[in-house]
Amino acid sequence: MLNRRHFLEKSLLFGAVSGFQALLPAWAQSGRFIADLPGMLTANNISLTVEQTKSAIAGKSARHITLNGQFPAPLLRWREGDDLSIQVINGLREPTSIHWHGFLLPFQMDGVPGLSYPGIPAGDKFTYRFPLKQSGTYWYHSHSGMQEQIGHYGPIIVDPAEPDPVAYDREHVIMLSDWTFENPERVFAKLKKMSENYNFQQRTVGEFFRDVESEGIDAAMANRLMWGDMRMTPIDLADVTGATYTYLVNGHSPAENWLGLFRPGERVRLRFINASAMSIFNVRIPGLPMTVVQSDGLNVVPVATDEFQIGTAETFDVIVQPNADQVFTIMCETNDRYGYASATLATRAGMRAAVPSLRPRPTLTMKDMGMSGMEGMNMDTMNHSTMNHSTMNHGASEAMAMPVDHSNMDHASMNHSESIQSTMAIDHSAMDHSAMNHGDSEAMAMPMDHSNMDHASMNHSESNAQVTMPMDHNEMNHATMAMSEMDSMATQPMAMQAHNHPQGPGVMNTAMNPVNRLHERPLGLENVPHRVLVYTDLESLDPNPDTREPGREIELHLTSNMERYMWSFDGVKFSEVKEPIVFQQGERLRLSMVNDTMMPHPVHLHGMYFDVVIRPGEHHHKPRKHTIVIKPGEKMSVDITADAPGDWAFHCHLLYHMHAGMMRAVSVRDQLS
Amino acid sequence: MRNCLHYVLPCCLLLAGAQATAQNAADEFYDPAAMAAARESVRHMHGDSLNSLIIGERLENQVHDGDSALVWEAQGWIGYDLNKLWLKTEGHYNNESNDTEEFELQALWSHAISPFWDFQVGWRHDFQDIQQDYAVIGLMGLAPYWFEMDAAAFISEDGDASARLEAEYELRFTQRLILQPRMELNYAFSEDLETGIGKGMHKAHLGLRLRYEFKREIAPYLGVAWENSYGDTASMLRVAGQDSSETSVVIGLRLWY
Repeated sequence: MLNRRHFLEKSLLFGAVSGFQALLPAWAQSGRFIADLPGMLTANNISLTVEQTKSAIAGKSARHITLNGQFPAPLLRWREGDDLSIQVINGLREPTSIHWHGFLLPFQMDGVPGLSYPGIPAGDKFTYRFPLKQSGTYWYHSHSGMQEQIGHYGPIIVDPAEPDPVAYDREHVIMLSDWTFENPERVFAKLKKMSENYNFQQRTVGEFFRDVESEGIDAAMANRLMWGDMRMTPIDLADVTGATYTYLVNGHSPAENWLGLFRPGERVRLRFINASAMSIFNVRIPGLPMTVVQSDGLNVVPVATDEFQIGTAETFDVIVQPNADQVFTIMCETNDRYGYASATLATRAGMRAAVPSLRPRPTLTMKDMGMSGMEGMNMDTMNHSTMNHSTMNHGASEAMAMPVDHSNMDHASMNHSESIQSTMAIDHSAMDHSAMNHGDSEAMAMPMDHSNMDHASMNHSESNAQVTMPMDHNEMNHATMAMSEMDSMATQPMAMQAHNHPQGPGVMNTAMNPVNRLHERPLGLENVPHRVLVYTDLESLDPNPDTREPGREIELHLTSNMERYMWSFDGVKFSEVKEPIVFQQGERLRLSMVNDTMMPHPVHLHGMYFDVVIRPGEHHHKPRKHTIVIKPGEKMSVDITADAPGDWAFHCHLLYHMHAGMMRAVSVRDQLS
Repeated sequence: MRNCLHYVLPCCLLLAGAQATAQNAADEFYDPAAMAAARESVRHMHGDSLNSLIIGERLENQVHDGDSALVWEAQGWIGYDLNKLWLKTEGHYNNESNDTEEFELQALWSHAISPFWDFQVGWRHDFQDIQQDYAVIGLMGLAPYWFEMDAAAFISEDGDASARLEAEYELRFTQRLILQPRMELNYAFSEDLETGIGKGMHKAHLGLRLRYEFKREIAPYLGVAWENSYGDTASMLRVAGQDSSETSVVIGLRLWY
C-alpha cells in the first residue's frame, strides 16, 4: 500500500520524467550518453568470446581476460522483455562460465558450473537462452575459479519496457574493480600461509603509546589484552588490500583518471557496479549530493545522501545534478582505507578536482564481535562481591578468553543492582532466569546487559553451544557506556544467541549477542559530518510482489577462522557439505543470518531476491537485494519467495571467501511431487 | 535371504534419499556424467584446496668471541585445512671446527584440533655425530596474547624422554620493522651420557631479533642470542672444555614462500 509520502515522492519523480522521457527514451540515445565504453552490444542475439590477453592495466603489462577483446567486458544493453540468445565461445585453455548477476532466469541458464550446468570447456561454446523479466543495472562475470579477479566481468543495462520512472539526461556506468599483478591463485595461497600478509595497517608499538596518551594506560592496555586474549585484531578489515590491489573505475586506475562528462544542469545517472573480487568501497563525490534511485537493479524511493557503501557485487544507481561548469572527484575509498579508486566528473576533458586524502583507518569494536552493548565496559564499578565464582571453570576452552561455567553459579546471590542502578538506572526486574538451563552447556558466559535479558529462548541442553564472553571483567566499564547504547539495547532485547552448528577448528568466534545493524552506518562512517546511506533508508519503489508472512525461518551463520583463513556457513565449508539447503517451491520463508566473523560479507543468492526485513510486519515496500552486506556481529533477516525451481548458488561474494568454502547450494523443489 | 533384505533395503532407501536431496536438478538438462564431474570439481574448488608453506624462520650466522656458527631453523608444511604433513629442521654448524654440532629433522602429521592449535605426532632424526631416532608428540599453535607456541615431547630409541618448549612473540615498531623475542627451553626426563645431556632443565635459548620486512616474504635481521646450559649438562660441557653459557650476535634472513 502506498502512503501519502510515497505518492508525493513518486509523483515528483514521474512529473520530471513524463516531459523529458517521452522525447528522449534513454535506451535510444545510450550510445551518445555512455562515454568511454566502446563496443556496447545491444542485439538480442550476440556472441561473446572469452580470451586471455596481454595488455596494459594501470600502465603496467598484465595478463588478463577479455571478452570480445575488451577489458572490462563489453557493456550489454537490452530491453525488458527481450528474448536473449547469447553465444559464449571459450578461447581459454581452461573451462569458463558467465553468470548473469541478479537475473531472474531458468536455473539451467544461470551459469554456475556444477550447479546450473557443466560449464564451458576450453575451446567449446555454449548458448544461453532466456527471456529478460526485469530492468535495471546489472553485471555479468565468470563463476569459474578466479577468473573474475583477472578481468572476466562486464556491465549490463536493461531498459524498462514501461517508461523509466527515473528521469535522467545522461548516464555513466561506474564499474569498480580491484586488479592485482599477482596470480590470484598465489594471492589465495598466501592468505592460507599467512592470513595477515596483505595487512599493512596493523597496530604498532607507536600506536599503543598514542593510545596511552589519549585514553590512559589502563584503557590502552586493557584493549590490547582483550583483543590479544581472543587472538583477534580490531584492524582486521580486509584480507586483500591496496598492498597488492590497484583499484579501477571502468578499467582506469586513479592515475589514468576515468572521465565522465556532463553539461551543467543535467540530471546525470551514475550506475555504480562493484565488480571487485574482494573490495568494499565507500563512495562519495565531494561537493555533489547524490540521490539513490536504484539498488541491485530495482528502483527505490529516491533518497538523498552524500556517501554510500557498496559491497562487492552490489549495484547502486544515483542521480547527480551538477549545476555549474564544475569538476568533481568520484572518490571510492576501500573500507579499510588503504586504497581507493577514483574518477572525474567534469564538463570537459583536462579538468581535475582535488582527490581527498584517505581518512584514518577505523577499528572494530566489541559490537563487531557480536557482543553488542559491551563496548568499553568496566566492571570495576560493579559489585561482584556476592557473586559465586568458586565453581567457574577457566580450564579448557580454546577460542575464548574467559569461558565461565555457570552450571553452579548462583544467580540469586549476584548483586549488580545497587552499583548500576544508581548510575544507569537499569531495571533488573525484567530479568528472567527461570527458563535458563545451563546444566549441560559446555561453557557459558555472562550476559552483560541486564536490562532486558530474555533467557526464555535459551536452551543449551540441546545445543553444543559455546557461548562465552572473551572479556576480562576488569576492563568493563558500565559507567562510560553511552546512553544511546542502552537505548538500542532496550529496543533489541538481548537474547543469548544459540549456535546450533558444528564448531571446531574452522570457527574462531561465535557472536554472543548479534544485533540488527541495518540502520547503522558502515564501519568508519559513523561520525563523518555528512549524510551516509544505510540499508533502512532503502524502500522499494514498486510494491513487493509477494506480501505473505514467511511460513518458516531458516537461520544460517557466517563463520570463519581468520588465522587459518577458513570461511564457511554454519562452520561447514562447501567442500564438506553433503546436501543443499532445500526451499519448498512456492513457499515464502525467512532467512536469518548471523555474522559470527569480524568482517562484513556481501552475501548473494542466485535466482531469487532477498526482501530485506527492515520493520517486522511490513511486507509491502521492503528493499529487494540480490546481494547484501552483513556487518560483523550482525543478525539480520531477509524474506524469500521460492518461486524459481532448480539449484542455485548462495555465497559470500568476496571471491577468496567463496573459494575457501563460504558457499552453499539452495535447491528449490516441489518436495511433494 | 531375509537377512540380506534386512541390510539391502535400508541401503536402497538411503541411496534414494541421497538422490532426492543432492543438488542434481541440472541433470535433466545436461549430460548427467558431465554434471557429476563439474559438481565434484566445484565442490573441491570451494574449500578443499591443497596448500603449502616453506619458511626459514632463522637462517643466521652467530658470532661469539671470534667463533662463528651457521644456525638454521626451517619448517615446511603441505596439506589441507585440518591435516598437514609438517617438516621441521634445525641445526648448528660450527664454522671454525667444520663440525655439524646439531642437525635434526622432524616429519610430523599435524592435525587441527581447535581454532588455534594443532596436534602433531611423528618422527625425529638427529644427523649429528650421534645419530638417533625419536618419536615426537606435540602441540603447536597460537596462545592468547599472540604467543606462537611449539611444545613437543620426544622419546629416543633408547627410551630417553625429553621435552622442548618454544615461544615467540612479535612486536611491531612499524608495519615492516618487527622485534621478535624468542625463548626455547629443553628438559630431559633422564640422563643421556651418550649425547651429553643431564637430567632436568638442561638448555635454554633466549633471542631477540629485529627484522625488516622488505617484502612480507623477505626479511633480514640483526639480533642477539643467549644460550645457557644447566646442571649436569653444564658440568659435562665444562669437562669438555666448553662454556656453559654464551652470548652471540646474530645476523640472518627470514624467508618464506
